[in-house]
Amino acid sequence: MTAIEIATATTPTVPARPARRRGLLRQLIDSKKAFTGLVVLVLFALLALLAPVLAPGDPSLINSTGSQAPSAAHWLGTTAKGQDVLALTLWGARSSLFVGFTVGLAATGVAIVVGLASAYFGRILDDALTLVTNVFLLLPGLPLLIILAAFLPPGTSTVILVLVVTGWAGSARVLRAQAKSIRGKDFVAAAVVTGERPLRIMFREILPNMASVVMTTLLGCVIFGIGAQAGLEFLGLGDSSVVSWGTNLYWAGNDGALMTGTWWAFVPSGLCIALVAFALALVNYAVDEITNPRLRNRRTRRERRG
Amino acid sequence: MRLILRNLGFYLLAFWASITLNFVLPRFMPGDPVSRMFAQAQGSMQPDQIAQLRKLFGLDDRPLWEQYVSYVKSVFTGDLGISISRFPTPVSEVIGSQIGWTLLLGGVALVIAAVAGNLLGIVAAWRRGGVLDSAFPPLLIFVGSFPYFWLAMGALYLFGVSLGWFPLRHAYDVGLTPGFNGEFLADVATHLVLPALTIVLVSIGGWMLGMRNTMIATAAEDYITMAEAKGLRPSRIMFRYAARNALLPSVTNFGMALGFVVGGALLTEVVFAYPGIGYQLLMAVQGLDYPLMQGIFLTLTAAVLFANFLVDLVYVRLDPRVRVR
Amino acid sequence: MEPVLEVSGLRVEYRGDGRTVVGADDVSFSIGPGEIFGLAGESGCGKSTIANAVMRLLKPPAEITAGSIRFQGGDVLALGERELRAFRWRQIAMVFQSAMNSLNPVLTIGEQIVDIFTTHEKLKKRVAREKAGELLELVGMDPGRLKAYPHQLSGGMRQRVVIAMAVALRPRLLIMDEPTTALDVVVQQEIMAQIRDLQRELGFSILFITHDMSLMVELSDRMGVMYGGRIVELADAKDLFAKPLHPYTEALMNAFPPLTGPRRELTGLFDAPRTADSCGFHVRCPEDRSDCSMNIPDLREVAPGRWVARSTARSPEGASR
Repeated sequence: MTAIEIATATTPTVPARPARRRGLLRQLIDSKKAFTGLVVLVLFALLALLAPVLAPGDPSLINSTGSQAPSAAHWLGTTAKGQDVLALTLWGARSSLFVGFTVGLAATGVAIVVGLASAYFGRILDDALTLVTNVFLLLPGLPLLIILAAFLPPGTSTVILVLVVTGWAGSARVLRAQAKSIRGKDFVAAAVVTGERPLRIMFREILPNMASVVMTTLLGCVIFGIGAQAGLEFLGLGDSSVVSWGTNLYWAGNDGALMTGTWWAFVPSGLCIALVAFALALVNYAVDEITNPRLRNRRTRRERRG
Repeated sequence: MRLILRNLGFYLLAFWASITLNFVLPRFMPGDPVSRMFAQAQGSMQPDQIAQLRKLFGLDDRPLWEQYVSYVKSVFTGDLGISISRFPTPVSEVIGSQIGWTLLLGGVALVIAAVAGNLLGIVAAWRRGGVLDSAFPPLLIFVGSFPYFWLAMGALYLFGVSLGWFPLRHAYDVGLTPGFNGEFLADVATHLVLPALTIVLVSIGGWMLGMRNTMIATAAEDYITMAEAKGLRPSRIMFRYAARNALLPSVTNFGMALGFVVGGALLTEVVFAYPGIGYQLLMAVQGLDYPLMQGIFLTLTAAVLFANFLVDLVYVRLDPRVRVR
Repeated sequence: MEPVLEVSGLRVEYRGDGRTVVGADDVSFSIGPGEIFGLAGESGCGKSTIANAVMRLLKPPAEITAGSIRFQGGDVLALGERELRAFRWRQIAMVFQSAMNSLNPVLTIGEQIVDIFTTHEKLKKRVAREKAGELLELVGMDPGRLKAYPHQLSGGMRQRVVIAMAVALRPRLLIMDEPTTALDVVVQQEIMAQIRDLQRELGFSILFITHDMSLMVELSDRMGVMYGGRIVELADAKDLFAKPLHPYTEALMNAFPPLTGPRRELTGLFDAPRTADSCGFHVRCPEDRSDCSMNIPDLREVAPGRWVARSTARSPEGASR
């Protein structure tokens, strides 16, 4: 198996065997929900990329008196220490989005490999992988995250690693179920009979046919990644020197922003997390609706009487 | 019966895995976290207590398998070591004194969220396209997008600090002595409102959407059409026929959801300084109290596994198809 | 004699995203007291749509857009919700295609039969249980099976249960939508015999729906053949079987191999969906393709009680070769 093969296989452009009427991507753009979600995501990505331009300099620099309400000089006010909240929020997007998407991609990658291997090889390997998956699903996530993070040296890479370890299992379960149903289809049997290599069948025959499920699990993993990173950092288990939405909230909590009534210290970062997660959830919801038409909202029509 | 036994075996395996993880972590992690902890705790501990902790964390010279056996043995006898942040209380005692509050908070929130969410989902699916069906799901997804602890902060700020409707922290007023009297229970209830509310708000959307979607799938089943053809009342079809079947996946999810609720409860406790084990966990993290962290992890795992076992028992009662096997 | 059920000019449309599919168009037929009326046709031709329309079970996006359904003179389409619930099962009961799917998997069959009596006759649970036991005996089952869940019964037993439920309130009309399709041939014959016995005993009318022509001719008094949402031929079952007038009827009969006689090549059926604005064709005529009109013609009476969808241009003799 070469890296190129994996790369081409994960792109949804590979024609799926059972012909789809319109491309998933095209339908996504047509869907109002998905479009709104995508716009919000692009917006946040731009803000994160342009943070050095929009708020030049070190965001954690203390450049004002503390706990000031939003004003012309500081649009979102200042923290108890006197840092500009807007700058912290913009820069925070970089770490939060980076960690969120890295975790999402990595966890989905693990889930795809586990799910496909489980479904394709079946038998003992399937039993073993399913067992491991279920154990990970069953252990309470946050306590597991905490003890892992507490024992590992603090830092962003630890956070990513720990989140991937705790986040892949749910997706693996969904992907395995989907892959298993595709594994039973005739065209896969045909590929097996013609002697194609297992990896090729897994990634070229089976994977392209579950593009939408991969998509929803990926989005789910990103949501998990962003939320769980914030949770870890809020508990002080992240790298508190990095500026992210989670650490912003940690400092806001630590500095007693709640008790002193400086709502602007904790509202922006939380709102950003929620908006990104909501945007991802919207896209997810739209993918669900497109692939499962029964869930689509239809206008209710009363049966006509006589 | 076979299902229950099989799952029971599986839960034991999961518990064994978490014990082993606990055993492995301090012994094989880079950066020697345990030494950091000892450095911090040096002043306050007796030499024999340090020796006991060293044993717990594998800093003695016994062979690994021997350490493992004695570790597993001590876990099953309830000996989880000594807490460092609450020195010299044993970990099991620290957890025992506080798990009640976590169970109260998590239990109340979980039951309210699951019952209300499932009911909303049933009604939303039954009245396709109605207000509940079109307006609620996006709203709940939006609310569910907020991190638990942030909603908790928001609720605390809004209803506690600004409006002053509810107390800000702890499980009951410091002046009161715990007891089964009206005054104390009422005080506990008012302290419970905000933390429980945030957990309910975040988790109710998932229940509702899950139930709605399975209800929609169930509504297309032939036995629902048959029930309609039989001329049964809509309420009877909705509950006895549709919801009764749609409930099955929801019950399975209940076990899964427990893990999330535990996580949510932990973070919420931190915000409200609610004296459950979540708050204790934060103290443990800040005080590098590894024995307490591990003890809490094990306790929560055991609790979640046990709850899953109970859910299995309920499921078997609800689904006759597994009952006979 | 007044017909039990009278359907006239019925049109059902399925309105999807931007397009409308006609499920049934200008369907008219009537069923007399004690009569067994068959409705034949391939999957998707609109048979089940008709059955569901008669019970008012159609759900959006399906909608009745024209026509009337009269039951014993009363307008079914005008019934209010409460009247409709009382009407269902007491007047018309239905046996669905798959008994496995039409029984609630989490309730015992006893509970599901008792449901009928407690709802319609306001009986006490205990009395209802007794009557449910009698019903099971009526279809040749041990009343002890009331405590069984659907998955504990065989396919044939489940279908018996469903039939027992259908006759519980002694309805005037029984709709049977492919009642034996999911069963093997031996069980199928047992069930058919059961239905005939019950019909003789209780005297209800039957609207019998199937794609199996031989089964239909065996049971029905009169029958209609549906294609593309329209009835293309309507006649006495024996006449129709002996001398099909419409090419589609013939094709459908040819689709089932005769058990005796010389081997023949089976003729396949092809399908074209009908939409409202374009005519997705109508009749396929395996032999004569010279005169294909673009719409299915209306039914015309060519002999007493003998109706066929045929354009006026062709003589009866010419079409029946």
